Amino acid sequence: MKHKFRRALLAAALGIGVAAAAGAGAQEIKIGALATLEGPFAVPGQDSMRGVELALSEVNYTIAGKKVNLIKGSSNANPDVAVNAARKLVEQDKVDILIGPLSGSEGLAVKDYAKTQPNTTFLNGSSAAQDTTLRDPAPNFYRFSTDGAQWMAGLGEYAYKTKGYKKVAVVAEDYSFPYTQVMGFMVPYCAAGGKVPEKFWVPLGTKDYSSVIAKLPQDVDAIYVALGGADAVNFLTQYQQGGGNKPLIGGSITTDQTVLAAKGRIRDALIGTPAAGPIADSWDNPKWKAFVAAYKKKFPDGLPSPSLFAHAYYVETKAAIAALEQVKGDLSGNQAKLRKALSSLKLDTPTGMVSLDENRNAIADMFLTEVAVGQGGILYNKVVKVIPQVNQSMNMDKAKFLALGPVSRTNPECR
Amino acid sequence: MRLLILTFLNGLTLAALYFMVASGFTLVFGLMRQINLAHGSLYLLGGYVGYEVSQMAGSWFLGVGAGFVAMAVIGLLLQTLLFRFMEGQELRQTLVTIGLSIIAADLMLAKWGGLSYQFDPPEWLFGSTPMPIINAYPTYRLFLLGVAIVIGVLLWFFLTRTRVGMMIRAGVDDRAILSASGVNVQLVFAITFAIGAGLAGFAGVVGGTALSIAPGEDSRYLLASLVVVIVGGMGSVPGAAIGAVLVGLAEQFGLAYTPTYGIMFTFVIMVAVLAVRPQGILGRRA
Amino acid sequence: MSAVLPAQPANASGAVAVGRRSAARPYHFIVALLLLVFPFVASDFWIVQIGAQSLILGVIALSLMFLAGYGGMVSLAQMTVAGVAAYMIAIFGVSTTGSGLGWPWWAVIPWAIAIATLYATLVGALSVRTEGIYTIMITLAIGMATFYLAQQNYTVFNGFDGFKGLEPPHLFDVDSREPLPFYFLSLAVAAVCYFFVLYVSRSTFGLSLQAIRDNARRMRALGYNVTLHRIVAYSLAGLIAALGGVLSVWYNGRVSPGSIGISPIINILIIAVMGGMLRPAGPFVGAIVFVLLQTFAIDFIDRERFNTLIGTVFFLVVLFSTDGLLGLWERVRVRLTAPRAGVTSGQRDGAEGQR
Repeated sequence: MKHKFRRALLAAALGIGVAAAAGAGAQEIKIGALATLEGPFAVPGQDSMRGVELALSEVNYTIAGKKVNLIKGSSNANPDVAVNAARKLVEQDKVDILIGPLSGSEGLAVKDYAKTQPNTTFLNGSSAAQDTTLRDPAPNFYRFSTDGAQWMAGLGEYAYKTKGYKKVAVVAEDYSFPYTQVMGFMVPYCAAGGKVPEKFWVPLGTKDYSSVIAKLPQDVDAIYVALGGADAVNFLTQYQQGGGNKPLIGGSITTDQTVLAAKGRIRDALIGTPAAGPIADSWDNPKWKAFVAAYKKKFPDGLPSPSLFAHAYYVETKAAIAALEQVKGDLSGNQAKLRKALSSLKLDTPTGMVSLDENRNAIADMFLTEVAVGQGGILYNKVVKVIPQVNQSMNMDKAKFLALGPVSRTNPECR
Repeated sequence: MRLLILTFLNGLTLAALYFMVASGFTLVFGLMRQINLAHGSLYLLGGYVGYEVSQMAGSWFLGVGAGFVAMAVIGLLLQTLLFRFMEGQELRQTLVTIGLSIIAADLMLAKWGGLSYQFDPPEWLFGSTPMPIINAYPTYRLFLLGVAIVIGVLLWFFLTRTRVGMMIRAGVDDRAILSASGVNVQLVFAITFAIGAGLAGFAGVVGGTALSIAPGEDSRYLLASLVVVIVGGMGSVPGAAIGAVLVGLAEQFGLAYTPTYGIMFTFVIMVAVLAVRPQGILGRRA
Repeated sequence: MSAVLPAQPANASGAVAVGRRSAARPYHFIVALLLLVFPFVASDFWIVQIGAQSLILGVIALSLMFLAGYGGMVSLAQMTVAGVAAYMIAIFGVSTTGSGLGWPWWAVIPWAIAIATLYATLVGALSVRTEGIYTIMITLAIGMATFYLAQQNYTVFNGFDGFKGLEPPHLFDVDSREPLPFYFLSLAVAAVCYFFVLYVSRSTFGLSLQAIRDNARRMRALGYNVTLHRIVAYSLAGLIAALGGVLSVWYNGRVSPGSIGISPIINILIIAVMGGMLRPAGPFVGAIVFVLLQTFAIDFIDRERFNTLIGTVFFLVVLFSTDGLLGLWERVRVRLTAPRAGVTSGQRDGAEGQR
């Protein structure tokens, strides 16, 4: 049957071609980039790739005299798909370094996969589940971006002490990343005296929040919303329509550019919402401004301002570039020199200095923000405070932090 | 008490939306024995088209009309160019429409991206209506309920009081005799399919205003339509109404009182109905 | 309700000729040789990601083909059955993270297969009274309900994240995680399932099943227990799918609700239909094409449009062939080898499998 054989031949030829190219790769460095180009996080996924491309274009796709070959992989927030895509990049395309994935549960799965591939170096994308590095880390998995709990630094205390919210209800997606975010919010919030009487966990991709909104307690002072992308837009719209008027507290991806840029009338509900995360759109800092300008110049049809996904992938790629340049592109001996360089790297990023702890997780500055209206009516995150050098235990005692136990639907609690 | 009333209203308004989407599906199956699994794609595409038109023209109502008309035209094309040649081959139709829906979903993702689109309905529709006990309820959802009732009545009127409606009902009962009595059956089919598709597009705009449109809505509403139509009985519009109410209420009560497993309810109902009474509540065995 | 599937090609006397095509032909030996020799000349990636994955997907799609092709029942729950087996291995077996109950391989594998087959029998019992599109719907609903159960439940199924660290056992000093042993394990299982299906299709049970597919009422009148036959068919298909499920959890090293969601369910349908549902070789052909497209689509078109590509291929195959790729192949072969004169239209129509 002509079609079947022709296609099979073409694919085989391609496979051989790619394999051949892999063999001829001595003069080039292969970097794989894995992001969620499909599914609920398709838009953040696209922005992540922009971050990678921006970093690589800054060095003209050349590191230590060698050309960089960027190969993209796609997933859809599903851990199995992410691992399959990673497998293709690592085992078929033979990338030297894999940057990714984007989503929390994917990160946990890719970390496990990394353990089976000691010859490849894995840098995180933006996945921010805690246990990707805090518990059972992989020796070749590096996270220069920070985890979801770190992102919440400062917000818990701000909510209780400055905003005066004594009781907060939580609405969040039901998987590892929001669990981490909720912990990052609740641990300081509860320690300051706050109470969280109820938490509502919704499956990723929920469209209809009417039942959740119906059950929100009337006697809370605010609602902490840790939903992303389309979920956040839906919840906020329906909450508004249902007559809800409680102030909101945002998780890091709830007030991200991908939500603020959404078209529709939910913007009114968002103005004034405090949130925290690894970036702040409006930070008055020359390095940050230069980064935003470079992003806008290179991607005129990208988002109005780079999202935290673009930023995270950008930082990770910069780390790879910096480490590779430090070892002059030497990937021999199982990339030993590269790994050493990565572990001890002190990277200067648009959001401050970043270095790694002993689990290869980043220590970086965090931003406490509030949503404000800017030029042309565009919403952005205004900086309230910069919290310097937050580590994975949120600058608490590490043993005490670990004793809190791994995050889940029911951990932590403070009714 | 408050939760009970809210949940009941939520279920009823969700049922309204499901009825609008499912009525087109059941009409097409009832007459033409045709499984159109691209029905959900029509919903989503109608929503996108309606969005673009409403943005361009600045009018939400125009968007609604555009959604209906555009999908009706596409439905017409699908029927005359594709489905006409596959009559009677149920599995083939199922598979071809699955293929179409996969392609359509991906192309829509390419054109409109992964963003969620929110419509801008007129002011008086947006916001909340004050109500006793529960304080306020989204006006728009009440509007949805009203629209669904109007559609139901219009459909009933169309099917029972117009000539075309009579032909459709006759065709559901016995297609061969209908053809033998001189009616241009293909024309009737084309009209029916166009109406069914148009209804999906209409629901896409109207429903999308309530719940936003984004990739993935197509499979969600397709699955919902299937459950509603199977529970109510394939080919019966009153059955679709009953099915929609049952499914809508079950879903909302499930989500409200057993949130962890509430989303399974819809499918459990479908399994139960199919296992016990496969033709549905008001359907009849072929 | 009209027949759901294209009829088995009939010979002149109208009898369903099942054994006709199974005579060993030269290209059968070539294929067998290729399958055996291929891993020795291909890279690890090709052996496992392409070879083993195609075989595993082929086995699961084979279970669908068995039910649909011989039984006339298109069940979308086969991937779910495989998933149940996978979850049983994860919950009761050994994992590197210590999350399972730690049963040794000789206990957990039969147990997983047994539970999955039981589940498939249950699916069969629920679906047996349905026909055509309704069967598709009820099996899809069962599959989705199971998916949501696995996703929402943390105590048994560990919810969204599922289980990881699952490895094939170390048997007789052979580490079946290595590419070659794993490939041959998959090949062995696939071969066993393939020949099993062939054998069953020619057995009394298989012939009765096909007769039921063609005319259930007549069979009932003849005294056959149609319901029992159908349920047994579901169980047998479940057994095959369970084997595929065990292999798949070893291949992935993990199982999560995403493995049994709507996408994988539809993928198996696509594979079975694309390859052809009238012969057991069909699912494997479909699986290879699917895996090749899936793996290499990102290299020659934008990976993001992979779904358009696979959707278009599927659409075209279904539109132009009633028996998938194998059917197209058959048509071309017949056209090329048909004698010039004396070909009756009946014979040609029969060979092409038209209705």
